[in-house]
Formats: sequence, structure tokens, C-alpha cells
Amino acid sequence: MGVTLEIRDLHACVDGDDSPILRGVDLLVRQGEIHALMGPNGSGKSTLANVLMGNPAYEVTAGEVLLDGEDVLEMEPDERSRAGLFLAFQYPVAIPGVTLGNFLRHAINARMKADDPESKGIPIPRFARMMRQKMSQLHIDHAFAGRYLNEGFSGGEKKRAEVLQMAVLEPRIAVLDETDSGLDIDALRIVADGVNSLTGPDMGALVITHYQRMLDYIKPDRVHVMFNGRIVQSGGPELALTLEEKGYEWIRQQHDAQEPATA
Amino acid sequence: MAVVRRRSSTPQAPDFSRAQVEALSSAHEEPAWLRERRLDAWQTYAATPMPYLEEEWRRTDYRHIRWDEAERILPANGATAAAVPAKNLEPLAGAEQGGLLVFVDGVVVHYQLAEALARQGVVFTDLRSAIRQHEGLVKQHLMTRAVRPGDGKFAALHAALWDYGVFVHVPRNIAAELPLQVVCYNTKPGAALGHVLVVLEDNAQATMQVEYASAQQARQSAYIGATELIVGAAGNLRYVSLQDWNRQTFEFSHQRGIVGRDAQLDWVNGVMGSRLTKAFIEVDAVGAGANARVSGFFFADRDQFFDLDTQQNHNAPLTNTDLLFKGAARDNARTLWQGMIKSLPQMQRIDGYQVCRNLMLSDSARMDSIPGLEIEADDVACSHAATFGTLEEEPIYYLMSRGISRPQAQLMIIEGFFDELLQRVPFERVRQRLMDEIEAKIIG
Repeated sequence: MGVTLEIRDLHACVDGDDSPILRGVDLLVRQGEIHALMGPNGSGKSTLANVLMGNPAYEVTAGEVLLDGEDVLEMEPDERSRAGLFLAFQYPVAIPGVTLGNFLRHAINARMKADDPESKGIPIPRFARMMRQKMSQLHIDHAFAGRYLNEGFSGGEKKRAEVLQMAVLEPRIAVLDETDSGLDIDALRIVADGVNSLTGPDMGALVITHYQRMLDYIKPDRVHVMFNGRIVQSGGPELALTLEEKGYEWIRQQHDAQEPATA
Repeated sequence: MAVVRRRSSTPQAPDFSRAQVEALSSAHEEPAWLRERRLDAWQTYAATPMPYLEEEWRRTDYRHIRWDEAERILPANGATAAAVPAKNLEPLAGAEQGGLLVFVDGVVVHYQLAEALARQGVVFTDLRSAIRQHEGLVKQHLMTRAVRPGDGKFAALHAALWDYGVFVHVPRNIAAELPLQVVCYNTKPGAALGHVLVVLEDNAQATMQVEYASAQQARQSAYIGATELIVGAAGNLRYVSLQDWNRQTFEFSHQRGIVGRDAQLDWVNGVMGSRLTKAFIEVDAVGAGANARVSGFFFADRDQFFDLDTQQNHNAPLTNTDLLFKGAARDNARTLWQGMIKSLPQMQRIDGYQVCRNLMLSDSARMDSIPGLEIEADDVACSHAATFGTLEEEPIYYLMSRGISRPQAQLMIIEGFFDELLQRVPFERVRQRLMDEIEAKIIG
């Protein structure tokens, strides 16, 4: 039985601002499954991603999130990561002076030390070998490991670095927040190949995307549409195609009619 | 801008005397010219009031110094190199030192110079020996060009009473490949007056590090130092100074580099220790094509006060100076950087840059940066900046999202902040040690 990420009636707002962004999200992602989450700008997709990871800028006002039955909302972001959750950021922040390689080695060591306080961490030669192998797999220049984290990275490099981090940390459930945005077709293919090679029985993914084109490369098991802070429609891969054809206006019309605008 | 409150009492002066100057000079059987210079400097010292409300001093209150403890010049006391922590004595790179000179309480306790350097004619020795063996060179350069007794009260005091020092001379066209290392360590409270005089003749090269540290004490100390770096035409000096005095030490130092035509000075200055540091750090670009890079890092905690006063003097056209200081402060610490880029009139096509980046790690710490320009030419590219930041939540969250704990994430971000500066220290081993010291301050 694989691990599940269970989101139940999740409500959230920006910390210090009462207007809700998530207004009752329900979703179940199993290890081994790929879910696509689509929706127009401002529907709450990125907020969901950040709330799942524990971004302190958001406040959860109701609902629960369980990973393998454990209460995720009670955990700090680092505990969530060590429990097997991963977020590929839409806008990864630059951290001057911290190299990508050094950062990932610390991240691995943090896991090893959490499992065994006596652990001395990963031996550097083994880490270097592993990094080289993963970088090759993602067509990333090996010199990348020595660069400061996201500093001066192009949009495509940032996204590839996010996928590299995912490959190194081997999460059980990964959330990819618009990892396709800003990528040209070649970069998109490389990133998608990377994601495909990582998904499988050991990893489940929630792929957030605004456009259908990402789903030409990453085949989802389920597609969900988010609108106004809720998942309003779920279906198989064909739902993405319907959306592509009819546009988000179709969703808007269906759901604006159902509920009066909130103040 | 800082509001300066009027102080009720002027700083107390230490109780040094002219007789002390004469006794010191006699005890070391110094040549007449040196004795005269000391006595002249004493006159300047005696005629100068304790600095207090002058522009470069008015933000620096050092009246908590207890001269009755700090003014006693450290006497020789039999301490040996065994008193120096092993980390300070590690070779800078590889297994071989170009030269190592260790002072404990102002006394030479260890001296070595690699055969290869000696054969090249490189002089690396303590200043007293140099006065005997290379009198002409010392006489020519000692406090005549770089730091002068008239530079300030403490420069004059130093010139009158300097007690120990280092002398480096690299002859024309000689590259001293192996690095030179100096350690000044004090085991007792009291006054230390150390001098560094480095002279590179035309087209000479050297790399050098000087480290200052002392054992923790309950009683106060004063370090009244001077550093003179003179780089001849087309010379190249890489110089690293690391200060980690104990928390009862007050440092008053004057440091100046003179950079000749087409010469290069790469100077890194680290300030971690002391209770209070007032350092004047200046470069004079005196020949066309001179290039000086001045880097500084500092980290103040608890009740430390650092005042780093930098000046980049463009005394020739086509000169380039580049200054970057980076510092952090936590607890109730205070730091101040005052920077100035100056040019003589009509020094065209100069390029001066200065920036100080501050990282504030507590609400009760205070950091000030005051950049300034005084340029009397029009075809110039001079700029300055000061930035202030705190630890932001966004990067902490990013690192934490990969499983790194909050304290570790904060540590990595602060170390990352300093990394750019530490990369300018040309010794991997020293960089690692400095990282450890920064880490200890963050955690401590």
C-alpha cells in the first residue's frame, strides 16, 4: 500500500488578511499516481502548493492535510520535507553564497540525522557521484553544483534545479508548481523527462499547471480543475483536453452561475 | 543619520611618559635617528588632545576603557609558542610555510623562513632585528610614507612607543611564492603596540597573513597598532589581516597601503574580536594604473563596538580602488563603517567604488554606514552604496522545505552572506576556520 496525501476541506488565507484563498479543498493523491491540477490565474493553485509545504506567509483556517495518516499541518516545513513531501517552487528564491551542491548535501544530511542522530552524513565522494549521475540524467552541466543557489540562474535553469533537487531528495509525494512556466519546448521536454523518470511506484505527483501543453509530456492519471479556492471538477486525462478546447471561461460560467460572488 | 548626544566628560588619557619613550629606546640600544623619531612623535602625541568630538571620532565612545589596566606595556614574561592555540599556527596552505613569525606578548617565540625565500633575498624578520640588519631600508620606510605620527593621537603614540613588529622586504623582480605568516598573540592584559611594515620593490610579489588574538582576560588591554603596506611599481601584494582579540581589548589602529604605478594590492581585513575597535584603513593609489581591492568582514556580538574608517585616496590619474565590506551584528553590538573616496584635483579617469553590506541579526543591534565622496575631477567613475538587511523568512522557508532545520537554514544564509568575502581570503584552510568562527558567533 502506497503513501497517501489527503487534503480535507482545506481553507487558507494570507497571514494577516482575512479574505480566503482556499475555500474547502478536497484531494487525495496516492504514491504512484500523477494528478494534474489546472485552473485560471488566481484560483488558488499556488496557494495550495505553499500551504501544503508550510509557507509561513499563509494561514490555514480550517481543514486538514494528512500524509500517510500524519497531520502535516502540525509540522514545520523541514519536517514535512523529511516526511516525504516536496515542492518544486514556481519562483525559487536565490540564496547568495550557498552553492547548490552544498545545499543538497545539507538537505540529505538533515534527513540522515533525523533518522539517526549519530549519523555523520553522506560521505562527500558518494554524494558527488550521486549528484553527477542525477545531473547527467537531467542534462544539467556538472558545474551547476558549484553555483550559488538560483543566483543568476535563467528561468529554465531554476526549474531544472528544482527537478534536480526532487531527484536527489526522492520524495514520496511531490508538488510541482507551474514547473513548465517560462520553459521553451526543449527545456520543457527535459524537465518532463526528469519528472517522468522519477514518478512511478515510489513517487506520487501533483502537477500544477496553467496550460495543457505540460500534459503532452507528463501523462496524468487524474485531472482536477480549481476555481475560486475549490476543486470544482475532476476527471481523467480527457478533462485536460476539454479544458484546452473550451477554455477556463467554460468553468467560470458554470461556477459563477452556481454561487453568488463573495464580498 | 545618528543623533549624537553631547558627552559630559572628555576621554581620559593613558599615563604614558616621555621618560618611558627614552627608556624603551635605550633598552633596545636603538640608533639615534629612531630615538629622535620616537621623541618627535612623543611631542606630537603630547600636543594632541585625546580624540573625542572630531568628525571621525564623534560616533565612537571609548570612555569605558580603564587605562589603569590597559596602559601597562606587556613585559616579557617567559611565555612560549605553546601558549598559542594550534589553529593559529597551522600552515596557511600545504605543509610548508614560506615564513612564520610568532610573537607572544610582544616577544618573538618562533621564527622560520623558507630557504627558497631567503635565497631570493626576501627579508622577513622582526622589526628590531631588521633595524640592525637592514637599517637603511627601515629608516627609509618606517612611518615616513604610509602611516605617519601626525595621522592622529594614536598614530603618534604608536610612533613614540611601538614595542614590536614585523618587517618584510621583497627585492625588485622577485616573487615570493610561499606565503608569509605572522601571529601576534597575547597572554596577559595590558598595552601592546605592534607594527607591520611591508615593502615590495618594483615588480615584486608576496602573499602574507597577519593574525591577532589573545587569551580571555578579566582585565582590559589596549592594542595601539600600525600597519604599513608599500607596493612598488607593478608589484603585487596579497595581504590578509585577521583580528580576534579578547573581549576586554580596545584596538586603536592606523593601517595604510601605498600602491604604486601599475601595482596591485589585494587586502582583506577581518574583525571578529575586541571589545572596541577603531581602525583607520586607508589606501593611497599613487601611480597611474594602481589597483587596490580592499575587503572587510566583521561580525559583532554582545557588547562589541567596531568602527571601521576607510579611505580610498586617488592621488594619481587612471587609478582603481574597489572596496567591499560585509558585516553582521547581533545582541547589543554596534558597528559603524565610514568610508571616503578622495581624489586630488584633476585626477582624471579614476574609478573608485565602495560598498558596505550590513546584516542585522537582532533588533537591539545597531549598524551604521556612512559612505562619502570628495572628488575634484570630472572624468571619473566613482560610486558608493550601503545596504542593510535582516534574515528574511522567504529564503529560510525555501531551505526548510528541503528538510533543513530552521537554525541550520539561518546559519547557511548568514554564512552565504559572508561567502563572497571569505572567497577573497586566498587560503582554503583559513577560510574554513573563519567559517567556523562565524558559525560560533551565530550559535553562541
